Amino acid sequence: MDYVLIWAGLMAFAVFAYVILDGFDLGIGLLFPFIKQPRDKANAMNSIAPFWDGNETWLVLGGGGLYATFPLAFAIIMPALYVPLIVMLLALIFRGVAFEFRWRADSGAGMKRWDIGFTLGSFFAAFAQGIALGALVQGIDVVERAYAGGWWDWLTPFSLVTGLAVVVGYALLGACWLIYKTEDDLQKLCRRAAFGLTLALGSMIAVVSIWMLFKQDPYMKRWFDYPNYLYLLPVPLLVGVLSLYLLRCLRKGKELAPFLSVIGLFALSYFGLCISFYPNIVPPSIDIWQAASPESSLKFLLVGSAVLIPMIIAYTAYSYWVFRGKVKAEDQYH
Amino acid sequence: MFELFDAVLAARLQFAFTISFHIIFPAISIGLAWYLMVLQGLWLKTGRDIYKRIWRYWVKVFAVVFGMGVVSGIVMSYQIGTNWSVFSDKTGPILGPLMGYEVLSAFFLEAGFLGVMLFGSERVGRKLHFFSTIMVALGTMISGFWILSVNSWMQTPAGFNINEVGQFIAADWWQVVFNPSFPYRFVHMMLAAFLTSAFLVGGVAAWHLLRDKTNSAAKLMFSMSMWMALIVSPVQIIAGDFHGLNTLEHQPMKIAAMEGHFESQNGAPLVLFGWPDVENETIHGKVAIPKLGSLILTHDLDGHLTGLDAYPKEDWPNVPLVFWSFRIMVAIGFSMLMVGLWSAWLRYRNKLYDSTWIKRAALIMTPSGSIAILAGWITTEVGRQPYTVYGLLRTIDSASPLDAPAVNASLLAFVVVYFIVFGAGIYYLFKLFKRTPSLNERDIKTGQPRRVAGITPIQGLDDGNTSDPKEGR
Repeated sequence: MDYVLIWAGLMAFAVFAYVILDGFDLGIGLLFPFIKQPRDKANAMNSIAPFWDGNETWLVLGGGGLYATFPLAFAIIMPALYVPLIVMLLALIFRGVAFEFRWRADSGAGMKRWDIGFTLGSFFAAFAQGIALGALVQGIDVVERAYAGGWWDWLTPFSLVTGLAVVVGYALLGACWLIYKTEDDLQKLCRRAAFGLTLALGSMIAVVSIWMLFKQDPYMKRWFDYPNYLYLLPVPLLVGVLSLYLLRCLRKGKELAPFLSVIGLFALSYFGLCISFYPNIVPPSIDIWQAASPESSLKFLLVGSAVLIPMIIAYTAYSYWVFRGKVKAEDQYH
Repeated sequence: MFELFDAVLAARLQFAFTISFHIIFPAISIGLAWYLMVLQGLWLKTGRDIYKRIWRYWVKVFAVVFGMGVVSGIVMSYQIGTNWSVFSDKTGPILGPLMGYEVLSAFFLEAGFLGVMLFGSERVGRKLHFFSTIMVALGTMISGFWILSVNSWMQTPAGFNINEVGQFIAADWWQVVFNPSFPYRFVHMMLAAFLTSAFLVGGVAAWHLLRDKTNSAAKLMFSMSMWMALIVSPVQIIAGDFHGLNTLEHQPMKIAAMEGHFESQNGAPLVLFGWPDVENETIHGKVAIPKLGSLILTHDLDGHLTGLDAYPKEDWPNVPLVFWSFRIMVAIGFSMLMVGLWSAWLRYRNKLYDSTWIKRAALIMTPSGSIAILAGWITTEVGRQPYTVYGLLRTIDSASPLDAPAVNASLLAFVVVYFIVFGAGIYYLFKLFKRTPSLNERDIKTGQPRRVAGITPIQGLDDGNTSDPKEGR
């Protein structure tokens, strides 16, 4: 059994779970300044308050899991993406404390300050994650077992565009979550926003996908060598179909379908990325087998994960089920 | 300005700064989670509303502290990679899986049930709600288990080999997890977390009792805290002693620095106070008890203790820092014991709630647990320098290949953001402490079932609903 491949799959799953789960609650931070009514703001916040912490735990699993199973990749990627990662951490602090602090502020002005922190924190976290993605895609200089570039190498037009793409994607996820969880004015607002954001995200996916192909030869080969393109052609086609379906659902006033469709869009894009990367974990030079921990470590963690990950999924699902249905205004009085 | 410290020193300062902030929050949330669990259990068992009300009072504090612990904790897990990438590469195969287990078995458990615990009392039955609190409390302790195993392995590495690229790899996972210093450190830290919360609760209760000594909720809080002080403080002192003996066995140089023993000697004194002078290898203004050092550490008046002179001077940790932080921790530990004994005496004489002085003492002791935890961690962490993995990997060889301006800039950013955010957080905690724990929470007055006491109340409706002790009496 190839434990490295199993762990590459599990890590890919953890990162994807993070992107979706924290994606929608960061997205709500992005939409927050456009929500005007205090009650709607409270509703938006309360729709994620029981979940954000669990959602963010997937980020810790991503970091901790990489340290455990692909320590060489962790040791190279972290210093290479130094600035975006530090910005992300600081942004997540502002975002995370806002959930508590806005209710503890002395005045309306104090609350407004934490709301701004919530939005800016969400924005910079999303933007930094997108930049980190772009920086990884464009490749990282490695000499022996260490990062060999400077501390601004990540900053390119391409990484800025991927940063923006993630911001747009998260905002769309957040909007569709609120369509699902709220009613009336807030829902209407989100439906309008989702429409524009879908068009924006579709264009961003197209731009990044094409631009990416020219970043490194293996990407181009992966997608256009015979017979690969026969198998992979459905991916971009499905992105197009799903985007149209999403627009239709929004117009028809569907509540859950838009959210699921956006998850589908993320899944297809993510699948495209994984296909391009494989077998590298730090493009262009380090593959998953070079970066992996020895088998003793992979096995040791896998034994527990086989039990714990299904349990985590079960009680996380339970928690979402407990808070099912629309957020109600009267739920917020304490 | 971004060249202030060299890259390694800036990275060390950054770790010291961020972990010092971080450790306060999980330490309090471990203790408070268990306190909340006990309160809820008592409420379910006895049906007495007072327990529920105290639960509601402290769950708000818990939510704020827990949130700050989460966000400051994510920083820690990424900082290992950003600033200490060589360390990450070498230790990942051993320490990574332990941290992986911490995330899988503890963080998810806490986070998954925290939502139900804070927001779900209206949506699930009492027993499921209690179960959620238990899971959160359990999660805090499991988290402590793994992270202390990680730290202990760095102090007393065991059960490993080194592979051809210089990584530590596990030979025996049992020995890795239960490395020699782990059981001692785990017990010592869990008790410290309990004491920290006990004195926090006790201090807040004392403040309210000083204003109104008839407040029954404050009385109950105070009484429970003083029981904890009485019972846990002596256990902690004994546990600390065992931990010290373990350190003597595995890290004798650290003990020599803690004790201020520059010379190896038989029948070493116990140095109470003084100022260690590293250059001249002596202690100025020394107040010492002859032979007691050897007696405590070797259980023999003439026992031999290795001094710092047995080691090359360039390998010494910062002796004054280790020496003094250790004394601060010990002094606080004994102060806690004194308060516990004093409370027992007053309780025996039926004067626990009448004595103003013990309330004043408890008020002063409010942050004592946090200070002792910081002092203790400074002792053990500074004391294991100059290594990250004791005796095997030096701190200087652990750092990332980063330019000094990068690390200095991020250090500055962390300092600024932490003071703003956690400064505000601590201010909000004080606001929560100022609320009088009363018998008249809003939901009782209206007689309607409500969701659990406010984690996200709508603005303006939360504060003040418990501020008037006379309200509705």
